[in-house]
Parts: sequence; structure tokens; C-alpha cells
Amino acid sequence: MNIVVCVKQTPDTAAIVTVEDGVVSWGDAPVVLNPWDEYAVEEALRIKEAHGGEITAISLGPEDAKEALKQALAMGCDQAILISDPVFAGADTLVVSKILAASIDKIEGTDLVIFGRASVDSDTGVTGPQVARRLGWPALSLVAAISSLDPEGKTIAVERMLDEGRQLVSSPLPAVVSVVKEINEPRYPSFMGIRKASRAEIPLWTAAELGLDEISDPAVMWPDIMAPPKIETEVEMIEGETPEEIAARLVDRLMEEKVI
Amino acid sequence: MANKILVYIDHFAGQVVPASWEAVGVGTSLAEELGGDVVAVVLGHEVEEFAQNAIQFGAGGVLVGDAPELKDYRPEPFASVLSQLAAEAEVLLFPTTSRTRELAGMVAVDLETGVIPDVVAFEIKDGSVLATRPIYAGKLLTKVVCSEKRPQILTLRGRAFPKPEPDPGRSGEITPIEMELGEITTEVTGYSESKVGVSLTDAAIIVSGGRGVSNNPQLSPPAEITDESEQEIWRAQQGFALVGELAQVLGAAMGASRAAVDAGYIPYEHQVGQTGKVVSPDLYIACGISGAIQHLAGMRTSKTIVAINRDSEAPIFKLARFGIVGDLFDLLPPLTQAFKDRLGS
Ligand SMILES: Cc1cc2nc3c(=O)[nH]c(=O)nc-3n(C[C@H](O)[C@H](O)[C@H](O)COP(=O)(O)OP(=O)(O)OC[C@H]3O[C@@H](n4cnc5c(N)ncnc54)[C@H](O)[C@@H]3O)c2cc1C
Ligand SMILES: Cc1cc2nc3c(=O)[nH]c(=O)nc-3n(C[C@H](O)[C@H](O)[C@H](O)COP(=O)(O)OP(=O)(O)OC[C@H]3O[C@@H](n4cnc5c(N)ncnc54)[C@H](O)[C@@H]3O)c2cc1C
Repeated sequence: MNIVVCVKQTPDTAAIVTVEDGVVSWGDAPVVLNPWDEYAVEEALRIKEAHGGEITAISLGPEDAKEALKQALAMGCDQAILISDPVFAGADTLVVSKILAASIDKIEGTDLVIFGRASVDSDTGVTGPQVARRLGWPALSLVAAISSLDPEGKTIAVERMLDEGRQLVSSPLPAVVSVVKEINEPRYPSFMGIRKASRAEIPLWTAAELGLDEISDPAVMWPDIMAPPKIETEVEMIEGETPEEIAARLVDRLMEEKVI
Repeated sequence: MANKILVYIDHFAGQVVPASWEAVGVGTSLAEELGGDVVAVVLGHEVEEFAQNAIQFGAGGVLVGDAPELKDYRPEPFASVLSQLAAEAEVLLFPTTSRTRELAGMVAVDLETGVIPDVVAFEIKDGSVLATRPIYAGKLLTKVVCSEKRPQILTLRGRAFPKPEPDPGRSGEITPIEMELGEITTEVTGYSESKVGVSLTDAAIIVSGGRGVSNNPQLSPPAEITDESEQEIWRAQQGFALVGELAQVLGAAMGASRAAVDAGYIPYEHQVGQTGKVVSPDLYIACGISGAIQHLAGMRTSKTIVAINRDSEAPIFKLARFGIVGDLFDLLPPLTQAFKDRLGS
């Protein structure tokens, strides 16, 4: 089973994110492997432990996206590739999916591609299905469990987490999966893993190496980023002598304000 | 030629996702500003009745793609049909659901156009839709526009836009369509229903429990439960039973913090927050939840928040409209009773 895991670098979710003149900053909070992608890496490692094969982590982004790749290597991926080129700046998902699909083509022999369900920063959640469409492989999104995997027969069966419950789907390989948190519990990188990752050479692929001479323009642009309107609430504390009195007062207030 | 504004009606197991009607409403307002017709698209098997509903909610016409192969939702054939229908459209709208993000993205690839997911507001600028969507789990908002390529593909967050009033007197044309489904290689082998009850994302009221729900030292678990973490889960179950009773009286969905989910009190399907569901009900009642930034990310746009917490310093009170400092085990039973008394009459 040869697996490609697509990973993105994002600011830590506990960071206080602010914006000034359209530029986003997160203070001195660390940038990390997108939390959803930890589940993607973990699932790849578990499949490899069961069936053997090679895991390649790839990330499209500026030079500092290497940190996410190093974290993937430290967890146990076999190799990592940074896909980076100044012409990629401003890419939307339409363009990113094209570049990632070209990269997966170049890697060759891939049986399974694993994505996180979404990035915690720009959070479109569409990159995985788009890459599947470009490759012409089945898109198995929001997977909460891989119920069976047959590398020889080239089939996979998964449980997809729909809003209403789980949908059980079987599919031929190669396929593109995106995973949700329920699928596993990601491991912490081992000390050895971290050492290995810090020494690893991470090759860089540019547009020319991918044979993408013509990068099409992004279809969407994001001209403005802003803070959400402050929620102006003055909390009204409900007090009383007994729980019954407090409860009655709360219900009164909710009805007065026509909340219910 | 008149602009075509297509609206995809999402449904599952015989039920239309209510946010689909909100999307029809958005289509209607876009048509008022841009000019053009609102055309709903219903794909599936034996789905004719949804087409009637779409007209009542404001669609000028409905395209119905009916085939046995479309009985179970699978992204590949659904995307292929939508791409055929939307090739000449100005706008293609979806309600945001677990099916439509991928559909929207895949149609965008087929038609080499842009996709703007999970939109919460919009305006028209220079003839294009300038959409607002949350990023960084709602800590920021961004405006996104697809100014040249067509169709403009948007998914609309549920409960972000008003649901139009259905008008049973409206009429419109329902047109069966010819479809090219393409090769379908996947097979749906079954379903396992989740036990969430009222769907969190559609719910008008949500009652949520956090780690505090297990914190009642007065409750002593039955003697046969000796393991400490199992004792804790037992306590939490008593607490969540109180949360559930309140939810039931209010016709509400039940939510939870990640701490409650991780500790095994309640399944992940109930988790609200950055790595759970993003909800925006009219009323959100948080019981024994501290209000960590990742939890707030999932519920901060709720219209009215009520917080019940022992700790008057808990950050959840900063976002709440009404707060009660106290023990949820003391407060929830009388609260459930008070709602029952008042709403029953
Ligand atoms: C403020 C802002 C708003 C944006 N809005 C839009 C928009 O509305 N529509 C649009 O098309 N684009 C938009 N983009 C561009 C989009 O963020 C990039 O195309 C991004 O690389 C992929 O989208 P995502 O981060 O939403 O990833 P998602 O689709 O949410 O991520 C899903 C998975 O894809 C993989 N993945 C994502 N990015 C990469 C990567 N760079 N390298 C490797 N794997 C990756 C990861 O496994 C991840 O878990 C926006 C960008 C910004 C900065
Ligand atoms: C990457 C990442 C993603 C995350 N995603 C999410 C997410 O999606 N959703 C989420 O919720 N969290 C998420 N978290 C976790 C988050 O940081 C908090 O740990 C979590 O929300 C805390 O849950 P809690 O409020 O139930 O527990 P606590 O913070 O422990 O709070 C319990 C509260 O209950 C009160 N309490 C105790 N006993 C009682 C009683 N008897 N009566 C009344 N009040 C009582 C206490 O005063 C306290 O305020 C995420 C964290 C990370 C790092």
C-alpha cells in the first residue's frame, strides 16, 4: 500500500488570531501540522503497520510549510516533499487541487491518498474531493472508520460520517479519503522520530518539475479579511433564594425577550 | 438570456435538509438583484414531492433527475449531473451539509470555476456575489469573490439566512431531465443511524453539557462499578440524563464539549466546537462548560446563550446573555419543570 498524505501548516488552534489591514497574525503562537491532518497521518501509519508500503507526506506552501512536513516525518512518514513556487501564491482550492493532483501523478504507484477533513485556518474542506475529481478516483470524504482494506484485491470499505449518521461505502483503489477525528487517536512523535525528522532532507518540487508551465489563475480571491462584529452582550446574572426561584426567573426572562 | 440561478435541494432518507429552503430564499434575493430565474435541482430516486415543495418555497421551476442509481447519495454521479446542468448557470447554490461541500468542490473542478464554501452573508459587487465566510473557526471573517469564472458556486451555512414562508398557491414547471451519470465504481452497502435525535446543525435550541456534568460527588455509583473512570462515566450519565430531559421539554438537540466527548460521556456526534459541529441556534444552554476558545468557536453565533456554571469566573459568562452561578444538578430539574409548566400552558 503506497499512501500519500496531504498536509497543511496552520497556526495553533489556541492562538489569539487578529487581523490588521487585511493581514492576519497570531502573535508568537506556534505554527503546527493542521490538527485534522494528524488524523490523516496516523491513519496512514496504521495502514502501513498492517499492510506495509511507503508513506509520502506532501505539502504545498511557502518554505516554512516544512515544519508541518517535519511533524509528519516525526510521527513516522517515510518521506516528505515540499511543493513550492512563487507562482503558487494566491492559489485557491481550484488551483491547489490541480497542483496536488499533478504531484500525486508524479509520485506514481499511489494506492490511497489521505486528507484531513478541512484546514483550521481557511477551512474550505473541498481540497480532498477536488483532488479526487482531478485524478478520476473515488472521493471518500469524512471517513470515520476504514472497515476493510484489501491491497491485493484493490478494494477499500469505509464508514462515512454524514450529518444524519454513518454511510457504509465500498470502493475500488486507488481512492482519495478525507478523515474525521473519530477515526483514530494520533500518536505523539517519538524522540527518535523527531531526531530523524530534524535531519531529513525534504526535496522541493516547483511548477516546472511538475510540468505545470501554465498555472491557471485562481478563480476566487479574498479581497478582505476582518474581525467579526463584537458580540455586544452584557451578561445578566439570574439570582434567587432557591433553585426553583432561579429557574422560574430565567424562564420569565427568556419569555419576556421572546427567545422562546 | 436570463441569468440562471440554480439551487441544489439536499435531502437524506426522505427528508429535505431545511437549509435547502433557505438557499432557495437566497436564490430569490439574488434573482431580484442580478435578474434571472431561480431553478431548483432535485436529484435522487422517487423525489418528486420535494420538487413541489421547492416551488412553494419560491423556485420558479424545478429540474428533477430521477434514477435508481441515485437512490443512495454518492458524490461522483451527483456531481456529474450537476455539472451538466450548471455549465451555463450564473450561480449554483447549495446548503452547507456533509454532502454538499464535496459536491460543490467537484462541480467546480468539472467546470473550472471557483467555489466559496459555508457562506454566512453576501452582497452584490460589480455584478458578482461578494460572499462573507468565517475562517479560523469563526475568529475572523473573510470576503470572497469569484469575479470572472461562471458559475459562481456557493454553499450557504444553515440558519445564516431566513427561511422563506412556503406558499401552497405557487405554481411552477417541474421538468424531468436526461442525465449522463458516468461510470459509478463505488457501492453504498448500508447505513448506521446516529442517535443524535434532533440534528445539531438544524436545531433552533441546543442544550449542551461539559465536564461539569459528571461532577456530583453526592451521587454514588452502584457497587458493581469499581473502576474509577467507569464511576465517572456513570456520574456523567446521570448528569446527561438531566441535560436530556431539559432538551426534550424544549424540543432541543443535545450538544457537548470536547472534554465530555473525550472522557467518553457522550458520542462525538454531539460535540460542538472547532473540531466538532458549528451551530447557531436561537438558544444555546451551556451546562458545566467552561467556555474554552475552541468550544466558543462552534457556538458563538448562537442568538441567545445561557450559561450555568459553578464558577462565576468561567469565560463562558463573557459570551452569555443570561448566566446562573450554581450547581447544574440543583438547577436543571427545576428548570425543566419550569419550562414544562410554562410551555405546557
Ligand atoms: C482568507 C482566505 C480565504 C480563502 N477562501 C477560499 C475560498 O472561499 N475558496 C477557495 O477555493 N479557496 C479559498 N482560499 C484558498 C485556500 O485556502 C487554499 O487553496 C488552501 O491551500 C486549500 O484550502 P483550505 O486551506 O481551505 O484546505 P481544506 O480544503 O479545508 O483542507 C482539507 C485538507 O486538504 C489538505 N490540504 C489543504 N491545503 C493543502 C496544501 N496547501 N498542501 C497539501 N495539502 C493541503 C489537508 O489534508 C487538509 O486537511 C482562501 C484562502 C484564504 C487565505
Ligand atoms: C486542537 C483542539 C481542538 C479542540 N476542539 C474543541 C471542540 O471542538 N469543542 C470543545 O468543546 N472543545 C475543544 N477543545 C478543547 C477545549 O480546549 C477545552 O478543553 C474543552 O472545551 C473543555 O470542556 P469543558 O468546558 O466541558 O471542560 P472544563 O474546561 O473542565 O470545564 C468544566 C466546567 O464545568 C464547571 N462545573 C463543574 N462542576 C459543575 C457543576 N456541578 N455544576 C455546574 N458547573 C460545574 C466548572 O466550573 C468548569 O467551568 C479543543 C482543543 C484543542 C487543543
